[in-house]
Amino acid sequence: MAEHEAIDIKELPEQPEKATLEGRNKYLGFWFFLGGETVLFGSLIGTYLGLRGGTIDGPGPADLFHLDLVFIMTMILLTSSLTSVMAIINMHRGNFKKLLMWMSMTVILGTAFLGFEIYEFYEYYHAGLGFSTSAFASSFYTLVGTHGAHVLFGIVWITTLLVRYRKTGLTLYNAPKFNTAVLYWHFIDVVWVFIFTVVYLLGIGG
Amino acid sequence: MSSHLDATAPLKGKPSKQTERKLKKEAKTQLASYFLMIAITSMAFISIASDAIPSGFAIPFILLLAAVQVTFQLYIFMHMGERKTSWVNIMIWTGMLIAVLTVGALMFLIGVVKY
Repeated sequence: MAEHEAIDIKELPEQPEKATLEGRNKYLGFWFFLGGETVLFGSLIGTYLGLRGGTIDGPGPADLFHLDLVFIMTMILLTSSLTSVMAIINMHRGNFKKLLMWMSMTVILGTAFLGFEIYEFYEYYHAGLGFSTSAFASSFYTLVGTHGAHVLFGIVWITTLLVRYRKTGLTLYNAPKFNTAVLYWHFIDVVWVFIFTVVYLLGIGG
Repeated sequence: MSSHLDATAPLKGKPSKQTERKLKKEAKTQLASYFLMIAITSMAFISIASDAIPSGFAIPFILLLAAVQVTFQLYIFMHMGERKTSWVNIMIWTGMLIAVLTVGALMFLIGVVKY
């Protein structure tokens, strides 16, 4: 079994993020965490679906949501998923500069997404949807806001990696870190697929 | 070969020819699935935005599209179909199962029985 032997660091391993025991443990442990995150978002989506009809006298989904804005946000997040995939492919090529470049692109796209979301919340607030206006308002802000907080956390995480490792080059120590950050970013995208379908599309169409 | 491995030493060297070929193919697959996801997303938005499609059809249709897209994300972008990912699959699908049960249970608890 080649993977149990000491690794000759002069040679680029096929998957540097899984070449060390620490890297493999990080990979596995991170998926355990993502399983738990799935449940977290599942319960928030369930709460939203249960409460979204309770608008009392406040504005409802059909009065507020703009499909064009949500479409742009979705495209931005999908594209940021692609740029982070490109980062990992370049990591496997041993091209650290391009890895940093694609990760920076991901951060920029993530920030753009977050900007749109803040603008969206600002608009809704001025349209009369405060956090405690109705059951719909509370469950909407909690669900979408939790996702937004995850995006913010991902941006801070990747930026920290970019600053910390801007000069070190690719190592067996930082490769797993970049890999988990990218997995996290994809997961945010997966959650958004559910949110734009269940919150925005069902909110307007159903 | 040294048994004391310094994990913080920068990695040098290039991937083998075979790996390079694999990575090229991989990049193509990722790009293709990206465009597929754009198409799926656009279809979902169009089926809701257009008045020509009745909502009785559009709602199950967009839920199906979401399921397809999430499966693509997990298996292509997040590489869940690779070798040695059985624990990964167990964790994420258990999470999904619990999430689905939670969504169903919460909706019935709160009393939503109609769409």
